[in-house]
Amino acid sequence: MRLDDSAIRAARSFRRMLLAVLVCVSVASATSRAVPRAQNLLNKKAPGFALTDLSGQSLTLAQFEGKVVLLNFWATWCAPCQVEMPVFAAWQRKYGPQGLQIIGISMDDEVGPARSLAATLQLNYPVAMGDERLGARYGGVLGLPLTLLIDRNGIVRSRFQGETDLKPIERQVAALLTQP
Amino acid sequence: MRFSLSKRAVMVAVLAMLCSLQGRAASQWAPLSPASASSIPQSQLIQPDELNQLLHTRGAEKPLILQVGSHVLFAQAHIAGSEYAGPGSQDAGVQQLRARLASLPRKTLIVIYCGCCPWSRCPNVGPAYKALTEMGFTRVKVLYLADNLGADWADKGFPVETGR
Repeated sequence: MRLDDSAIRAARSFRRMLLAVLVCVSVASATSRAVPRAQNLLNKKAPGFALTDLSGQSLTLAQFEGKVVLLNFWATWCAPCQVEMPVFAAWQRKYGPQGLQIIGISMDDEVGPARSLAATLQLNYPVAMGDERLGARYGGVLGLPLTLLIDRNGIVRSRFQGETDLKPIERQVAALLTQP
Repeated sequence: MRFSLSKRAVMVAVLAMLCSLQGRAASQWAPLSPASASSIPQSQLIQPDELNQLLHTRGAEKPLILQVGSHVLFAQAHIAGSEYAGPGSQDAGVQQLRARLASLPRKTLIVIYCGCCPWSRCPNVGPAYKALTEMGFTRVKVLYLADNLGADWADKGFPVETGR
């Protein structure tokens, strides 16, 4: 009988310990000090995605295999983004025949403003809505604009964040287009 | 004579340096619009290191920290313990912020932040700061994130959480 009591006490103590460990693990996973960043993606395969663009068409990264992809994260409230997007549309016209594909990912909370701005700017490339899951797959989109250049083999070659001089990006696009 | 010349040279160099700093500061803080982040008085800003230290100081008064930007960005990463309060650039966001704070004592220590884009381009913190001052809050600080939350907070290893 005494043995049974001690066994029960041991089981309770083990249960409490297990609970404490579970609580610690859940707190640790909720409070992450090191959010993975997009730099980590450089020279690595770009994460694939399957989205629906603003016109209702399927939009995947895989469908542009063999092309140079300029992946641009933007939002309607981001002033520098609105400076870049008409330039990207011009690049789509200029470099599209050579194999450039621009993809826009809006990080807006709602689709309405994104759709309206895309129409106003007459964007000639597909745009889809992003979310925190896509952001996390791309290493955390914790500031806009963010542009990634992906080569014809699907490898992330460059990352540009914030208000950026577009000339170096264009030079890099042109260089990537000459590569197999 | 030699001493006097070198002293003068040092003075000229110092003056030149001050002038260049002043020019830089002027351009950095020149208001883009009445509600832009650059319109917030420098005295009301708190630097990331300072806030992080405050959060880790035992016994220090902990501020109520509110993110006043995009919900998608908040879900990806936000300052540990902070709350989402709605985008300051939208009327609905300001209303959400006002509703959250309506019943709080006006002496509550509050830190607001966004970090969506470079500081001078942030459309959210300016209107949010304005709303708080209009409501009569006297201890409001705005977190100065020069580039964005990633570069100026998360990358420094300061505490962040994910999720909505």
